[in-house]
Amino acid sequence: MKITKRLHKSRKDIIKNLNFKNILLKFVLILYAIIQVYPLIWLILFSFKTNSEIFGDNVIGLPKKLMWQNYKDAFFNGNIGLYFTNSLLVSSITIIVSGILAAMVSYAVMRMKWKCSKIVLNIFLLGLMLPNHAALLPLFIIFKNFKILSSYLALILPYIGYSLPMAILILTGFLHTIPADLEEAAFIDGCSVYKVFLLIVMPLLRNAMVTISIFTFLLAWNEFVFAFTFISKNQFKTITAGVLSMVGKYITNWGAIGAGMVIATLPTILVYIFMSSQVQKSLLAGSIKA
Amino acid sequence: MGDKKAICIFVIPAFLVFFLMVILPVLFSLCTSMLKWDGIAKPLFIGFENYKNLLINNTDGFVKSIGNSFVLALLGIFVQLPLAIIFGLLLAKGIKGERFYLTAYFIPVVISTTVIAQLWMMIYNPNYGVLNTTLRALGLESLTREWLGSVKTVLIAVFIPNIWQYIGYHMLLIYSAAKSIPHELYESAIIDGSSWINTTFRITLPLILPTIKVCIIFAVIGAVKIFDIVYILTKGGPVHASEVPGTFMYKAIFEKNLYGYGSAVAIIIVCLCLLLTVTIQKIIKTDEISF
Repeated sequence: MKITKRLHKSRKDIIKNLNFKNILLKFVLILYAIIQVYPLIWLILFSFKTNSEIFGDNVIGLPKKLMWQNYKDAFFNGNIGLYFTNSLLVSSITIIVSGILAAMVSYAVMRMKWKCSKIVLNIFLLGLMLPNHAALLPLFIIFKNFKILSSYLALILPYIGYSLPMAILILTGFLHTIPADLEEAAFIDGCSVYKVFLLIVMPLLRNAMVTISIFTFLLAWNEFVFAFTFISKNQFKTITAGVLSMVGKYITNWGAIGAGMVIATLPTILVYIFMSSQVQKSLLAGSIKA
Repeated sequence: MGDKKAICIFVIPAFLVFFLMVILPVLFSLCTSMLKWDGIAKPLFIGFENYKNLLINNTDGFVKSIGNSFVLALLGIFVQLPLAIIFGLLLAKGIKGERFYLTAYFIPVVISTTVIAQLWMMIYNPNYGVLNTTLRALGLESLTREWLGSVKTVLIAVFIPNIWQYIGYHMLLIYSAAKSIPHELYESAIIDGSSWINTTFRITLPLILPTIKVCIIFAVIGAVKIFDIVYILTKGGPVHASEVPGTFMYKAIFEKNLYGYGSAVAIIIVCLCLLLTVTIQKIIKTDEISF
C-alpha cells in the first residue's frame, strides 16, 4: 500500500515536472514571438496616433482615437500612392521579364546540347556571390550617359540582372527533377523548340515559377540602394526610397510617416501570410548553393 | 537538339542583361579603382595607390570599418546563430503551434530595411523612443542614453536591428534541415532513453553541420556587405564610430566624388566576399549527406 502510494506520488512529481518544463518552454517561445512581432504591431498602432501621442503622451499604448487622417495625409500629401504604384510597376515588370528570361536560359542549359552550356550556367551562378556594391558607381555612370537615370528602366534593368542567378539556380534544379519524355514525344510529333518550350515546358515549370516570383518580388520591392541612388525625381521614386524622402520632408507629421511605412510593408506581409510556406521555400532555395 | 539559332534566342537576352548589369560593372570598377578621378576632370592612372592608401596608410580609417564588419560577423556567429539553432531545433522537435511560431519569427525578414531602420530609429529616440521610455517607466533613468548619438553605444545599436531581423532566416534554414533528418535515425537513441539534449548534440547537430556552415557564410558575407541599415540610421557616424565598408564606399563616391578611391573600396568588398566564402568552405569540411 505504502509502496504504491509512493510510486503514485513520484509519478505525479514527474508529470508536474514535465508540465513545468512545458510551460517554461511555451513562455520562452511566446516571449520570443513577441520580440519578433512587436515592432510591427507598434508600427501599426503608431500609424493611427496623433503627433502629441507619439511625442510623449502615449508612446507605447493603444491610440486613443484611430487617426485615419494619417493615411489620407500619407496618400495625398506624402505621395505614398505614387510611390506605391511605382513600386508595383517596377516589381511586376521585373518579375515577368526575369521569370521568362530565366526559364529560357534554364531550358537551353538543361535540355539543349551545346558546348558552352556549363560555362554559361556557371557565369550566371557566379552572380550569387557578387555583392552589388561594385555595380553602384558604374551603373550610375552608364545610366547617366544613356540619360535613363531617374527612370523606371534604371531600376528594372539591374533588378532583372540581380534576380536572374537565383531564378536560374531554382529553375535548373527543378528541370533536373522532371524527365524529358513529354518534350521528346512532342519533338517526334514535329513540334518546334519554341512550341515545346511555350506549351510543354512553361506549364511544367509553374510551381518553380511561383517560387522565383516571390523571391524576385521581395528583392525588387525591398531594394534600397539602387532606388535611393538612381532616382532623384519624385515621379519615379519607389516606396523604399519614397518613405525615406517622406521622413526628410514631413518631420512634423510622424503619424503620416508611420502610415506610409505600413503601406510600404503591407504587400510583403500579405504575400507572406497567405503564402508563408511558398515564401519560405523560395528563401530556402538560396541556401542550396552558397 | 543542337539548333544554334534557338540556343542564341534562348540564352542571349538574359546573358546580355546579366552581363551588362552584374559582370561588366565589376570589371569597370576594377579599372576605375586604379584611377584618381572625380567624375568630371580627366582621370589619372595611379596604379595601386588607392589600395595602398586604404589598407596600408589607412588615411581615412578604412581598416576600422572592416573591423566593425568583423564585430558584426562575430555577433552573427556567436549570438544570432546559437539563438537560431536553439529556436529552430525546439520547433523542429514538434511543438504545438509550430507553424505559428515559425511564421512569427520569420516576419522581420520580409520587411524592407528602410522600414526596419525607421522603426529602430524611433525605438532608440532619446526623448520619446520606446527604449528610453520603458527604462524611465521602470525607474532606470540612469540607463537611458542617446543610443545612436554616443560613440560608445552606436556600433552595437546599429547592429542589433540587423541581428534581430535575420534570426528568423537562419532559424528557418536550421529548422528545415533538422526536419529533413529521417525519424529512423533517432529510434535507437529513443530506445536507449537518450535525453533530447543528448540526442541533439550526438545526432542532430552533426547531421545539420552543412546547414550551419551555410548560416556562417551568410552571417560573414552579410556583415561585409551591410549598408542599408547603417546608412539610414547613422551614415556611419558619429565620428565614424559605426562606419562599415559599405557606408565608407558610398560616402567616398557620392559625397566626396572620389570615384577611383570609392571603386577600390568596392573591389575590396567583392574580394572579401569571394575570399571569405571560399575560406569558410575550406575550414569547415562537410560531406554531402543524403538520406
